[in-house]
Amino acid sequence: MGKTFKKPEALSDQPTHYCPGCTHGIIHRLVAEVIDELGIRGSTVGIAPVGCAVLAYNYFTFDFQEAAHGRAPAMATGIKRVRPDLTVFTYQGDGDLASIGMGEIIHAANRGEKFTTIFVNNAVYGMTGGQMAPTTMPGQRTTTSPLGRKPLDVGMPVKMAELLAALETPSYIARQTVIKPKYVKKAKKSIKKAFEYQLEGRCFSLVEVVSTCPTNWGMTPVDALKWTEDTLLPYYKLGEYKTPTNGGNDAK
Amino acid sequence: MGKVLMKGNEAIAEAAIRAGCLNYFAYPITPQSEVAEYLAKRMPEVDGVFLQGESEVAVGYMIFGASACGARVMTTSSSPGVSLMGEAISYITAAQCPAVFVNIMRGGPGLGGILPSQADYFQATKGGGHGDYRLLVMAPASVQEAVEMMMEAFPLAEKYRNPVMLVGDGLIGQMMEPVEFPDNLSIPATNKDAWATNGMDTRKSDKRNLVKTLYLNPEELNAHNLLLKAKYERMKQEAVKYEPYNLDSAYQVLIVSYGTMSRVCKTAIDMLKDEGIEVGMVRPQTLFPFPEQAIFEAAACESCKVALSVEMSMGQMIEDVERCIKGRLPVKWHGKCGGDVPTPEEVIDAVKRLIAEY
Amino acid sequence: MKLKHTIDINICKGCGLCITVCPKKVLEIADKVSSKGYYPAYQARSEDCIYCAICCTMCPDVAITITESADEAAFKQEMEA
Repeated sequence: MGKTFKKPEALSDQPTHYCPGCTHGIIHRLVAEVIDELGIRGSTVGIAPVGCAVLAYNYFTFDFQEAAHGRAPAMATGIKRVRPDLTVFTYQGDGDLASIGMGEIIHAANRGEKFTTIFVNNAVYGMTGGQMAPTTMPGQRTTTSPLGRKPLDVGMPVKMAELLAALETPSYIARQTVIKPKYVKKAKKSIKKAFEYQLEGRCFSLVEVVSTCPTNWGMTPVDALKWTEDTLLPYYKLGEYKTPTNGGNDAK
Repeated sequence: MGKVLMKGNEAIAEAAIRAGCLNYFAYPITPQSEVAEYLAKRMPEVDGVFLQGESEVAVGYMIFGASACGARVMTTSSSPGVSLMGEAISYITAAQCPAVFVNIMRGGPGLGGILPSQADYFQATKGGGHGDYRLLVMAPASVQEAVEMMMEAFPLAEKYRNPVMLVGDGLIGQMMEPVEFPDNLSIPATNKDAWATNGMDTRKSDKRNLVKTLYLNPEELNAHNLLLKAKYERMKQEAVKYEPYNLDSAYQVLIVSYGTMSRVCKTAIDMLKDEGIEVGMVRPQTLFPFPEQAIFEAAACESCKVALSVEMSMGQMIEDVERCIKGRLPVKWHGKCGGDVPTPEEVIDAVKRLIAEY
Repeated sequence: MKLKHTIDINICKGCGLCITVCPKKVLEIADKVSSKGYYPAYQARSEDCIYCAICCTMCPDVAITITESADEAAFKQEMEA
């Protein structure tokens, strides 16, 4: 009775630099578990962003590249085009993907590049100390929206999953979270599905994972889970927004 | 294949394939879009990769990703586009990844013009991106030389694990000249298993590779910069290329000029010679490493009173020429930057004015 | 087959996520700071643990492992370590 549990092989033994309770750690483990289960560690290349997760390259035990801010999808395109046999994924935060890298992610998705993106949305710039991100909520205080984000001044938060799902090119686009065990299970299923679509050479895949940032939200890790549920999830609705079959004809 | 009449841009494209570069990412920009148009047809014929990116910024990183996983790769662009690739070039150099960049220069700054220019000299040799880095920069003066330099660029990039940049001006890209390709010289790519992220299975190794440029520890970053600098010093010892012209005469003026501009100067020198006026020239074929020693020695010639840097820019290479001559001679500039190439007659007038003055 | 639930106090950052999800309320924050400067989680009521691994799924640092220790000796030896 009961289950065993151990660190996946694809995850290194290096303790992470992430703040206590930061859900990056959970997402890293899910990616590593999926890579172990698919047995692709030897042919996978990960691409780290610029942001808290830049040091992700220290936490995985397979080939890794570190991109310039926002450019991971372009690097992934470069790899996947010259080495389609490699499994390629980018791991990016909301500043990296939805702000400076918006051009790259939209065009990679629109070209149907056959790589996977793990997009961690925690509604703030973490590494640089809590500035407003494109995904910061209305009224949410950050170091660059000290009186709270004003949509009339800087617009509404960007919904990346919906935005990318609107593209005609077939792809797998889902939004998940990891703030509760039941959500962690679903997030892992989605991440695995994304990698499987890549292994089939089928389409571009992206899983947006709504995540916490206790330090820059100024909350305890446990309160951050609650705030995510109460404030982020109503706006960033979970679900699979696009799958290759119902997204028009399959990518050839 | 024998001699073929070919447009510079297309010859550069074909040369890349002949050099075993089967991966091309680019963005259209006058005056070099023909490279992409040519390779869009040609790459499928050789099972190569052709992709038009959404911007030169993205293209710069497609090059980085592809190179970092061990592929031989190149891109071509023009001045404003190369500005956008500046950050990626800095990253690729820091990561010690080989890659070939071609800049078919056009008039600047800003949107500038689409006619030939050499106004990206600083950008190419002094760093268009951030941080201490250098590129091995080659400057062809003809379509034939562009082909030969392209085919040298790939092995040089891999030898130094550093990007190589070929700078031609709009003319090199646009004009047609007879070209002869070395017969299918496909320079074998070097083994990159030691550093490339080409997949652990590919290398049959369980040691993973990491290509990154972040060094938060100051000692590590300093050591990394010293390692890169050592490469540039090696380039200075091993990779300098220049062409002397009429230096065995008793020349009164020493011209330093490269690319298309140097061909115009050759014509001017020949015409002056007929008038009994001797002018010598050093033509840098590599802009970095710069032919410092050659220019320093050429300036020592007894009969020579003045040096003249002839550039299609407002005077950028002149700073290096002055640096190398170390005060032995006054160094003057002559050039134009609107995109119309100075004529031999204009160069002759400039030379005669100098002779009168000095 | 005996299961062993371990929290590595050199990795645990005392974030408390595991505590909030443990269905049996086994875990609590220790009152003694670890060598890393955190108050790590620990099994306050280890007898209630049903080895469901839900805490493991919520741990951002993979500080919690559940391992099999077949024979008592190995089990004891592990306990001392």
